[in-house]
Amino acid sequence: MARAVSTRRRMFFTAFAWAIAFVIFFPILWTILTSFKTEGDAIELPPKFLFFQWTLENYGIVQERSNYLLFAFNSVVLALGSTIFALLIAIPSAWAMAFAPGKRTKDLLMWMLSTKMMPPVGALIPIYLIFRDFHLLDTRGGIIAVLMLLNLPIIIWMLYTYFKEIPGEILEAARMDGASIGKELLYVLTPMAIPGIASTILLNVILAWNEAFWTLSLTTKDAAPLTQFIASYSSPEGLFWAKLSAASTMAIAPILVLGWFAQKQLVRGLTFGAVK
Amino acid sequence: MATQQTRALGRIAVAPSVIALFLWMIVPLAMTIWFSLLRYNLLDPNPACSPLTPWALTDPANRCLAGASNYYYFLTDPAFFRAIGNSLQLVGWVLAISVIGGILLALLLDQAIFGRNIVRLMIIAPFFVMPTVSALVWKNMMMHPVSGFLAWLFQLFGLQPIDWFAHAPMTAIVIMVAWQWLPFATLILLTALQSLDEEQKEAAEMDGAPPLSYFWHLVLPHLARPITVVILIETIFLLNVFAEIYVTGSGGRAGNMPFLVYQYGLISNDIGGASAGGIIAVILANIVAFFLMRMIGKNLEA
Repeated sequence: MARAVSTRRRMFFTAFAWAIAFVIFFPILWTILTSFKTEGDAIELPPKFLFFQWTLENYGIVQERSNYLLFAFNSVVLALGSTIFALLIAIPSAWAMAFAPGKRTKDLLMWMLSTKMMPPVGALIPIYLIFRDFHLLDTRGGIIAVLMLLNLPIIIWMLYTYFKEIPGEILEAARMDGASIGKELLYVLTPMAIPGIASTILLNVILAWNEAFWTLSLTTKDAAPLTQFIASYSSPEGLFWAKLSAASTMAIAPILVLGWFAQKQLVRGLTFGAVK
Repeated sequence: MATQQTRALGRIAVAPSVIALFLWMIVPLAMTIWFSLLRYNLLDPNPACSPLTPWALTDPANRCLAGASNYYYFLTDPAFFRAIGNSLQLVGWVLAISVIGGILLALLLDQAIFGRNIVRLMIIAPFFVMPTVSALVWKNMMMHPVSGFLAWLFQLFGLQPIDWFAHAPMTAIVIMVAWQWLPFATLILLTALQSLDEEQKEAAEMDGAPPLSYFWHLVLPHLARPITVVILIETIFLLNVFAEIYVTGSGGRAGNMPFLVYQYGLISNDIGGASAGGIIAVILANIVAFFLMRMIGKNLEA
């Protein structure tokens, strides 16, 4: 039953909430607006909010000058590649832990999570040297491997919590009917688990897309994703705000859209199921 | 009940993940510990160390055992104290802002307001912004001392604009990191708040419970666990903040532990020193992780 709320109180809270939301969202809004300005308008004070010469030329220049598409392509390959490879080994593991738990399953899950607590600086030096010696620096394969291992615990954990919610009896029934384990996995479990798997993919694409420590340390040019592309704008030579804004808008737009769809899964995935 | 056969199969299915994660955790850690005991600089092929150590004679790279001296140098480096101080300041301030702000925002968004979904979308958005983007947008368009938006706002109110990165680099970093993590805390706490029983809310309202006591006796206890989760998870991520400091070039004064290790290793090429720093960072993070694991473990039982 909805609670009766006085209109005045409702208007007050609405205005207040919108004001705060506007302040928090403002830097993003401002970046998007600036990306349509000329460089002159971009640094002019007092700032021009809507009445300026709208232009699309920044987007063209950014692509021409720094080859946005290559970086974007790398971001897509790294995010999807690392997620897919991780899923390939995570799905069987999560399946086993959810439906054939042993005495040590819980400890195993906790241990997997604990690997996530390792600060990356503890592994940076050896990984960097190994990559250097095996010529993996600035290669997509190398970064995919790192991102995959980085997110594997979260992927297994999320899948596990989703698989747990599938009633085991259905799988039992399939087995009684003579389905092999492979068939059971493919035809019975997978269709039921699709929403959970999709959420897992979504969250991990977001995490991999925004991962900045390893991508900044291990890539320079060929395998560099958008994190590195934006970082290249930090040099004084690149200080053109309208172009920086256009580049930034292009770097965050896809993930902003995905993220808005993934809010609920994000809560669940990032709190390891503690808050649903 | 799972049969013998499925158990055995389960073990095979779990093996690849366990092996991959085990290698990922153990190999770099073991190497880091080993390096941290060496005098090992990429730019210095002939380190001055005792030729009597067998290692120096056999290793072509002329690394040699340094014992605990890397740790000694790292721990007595004034930059180390600054980095620890900065790490703690960053974690402390961002936690305070995001938890207190997150509770208030979650309470506000839980009210019956018009366009709640759009408001929530706007508030959660910063969390999805790539750290390098957030760093450059804040440093330039928002915080630039002459043409930045904040400079204009300050002038509008007759205040002297602040040159953030020259005079208050730590504050600037705290603001931009808090901007990303306040939405996270808000989202988690709002989700938890919405699971609070509607009937309980109504009963409290009918009893005419004053808002403050309603908050204190009903809402806060309900939020206790999500708040702990937020604190622990944010601590893990905040201890590892790197891109914001690296990209804004404020590592000199606002550099934290990850930045210092990066500086030792990839800028000064002092592999031994960087490794010692890495191990110290691991130990510090483990102290935090210990509490987090215990809490999540308890949650798993429930």
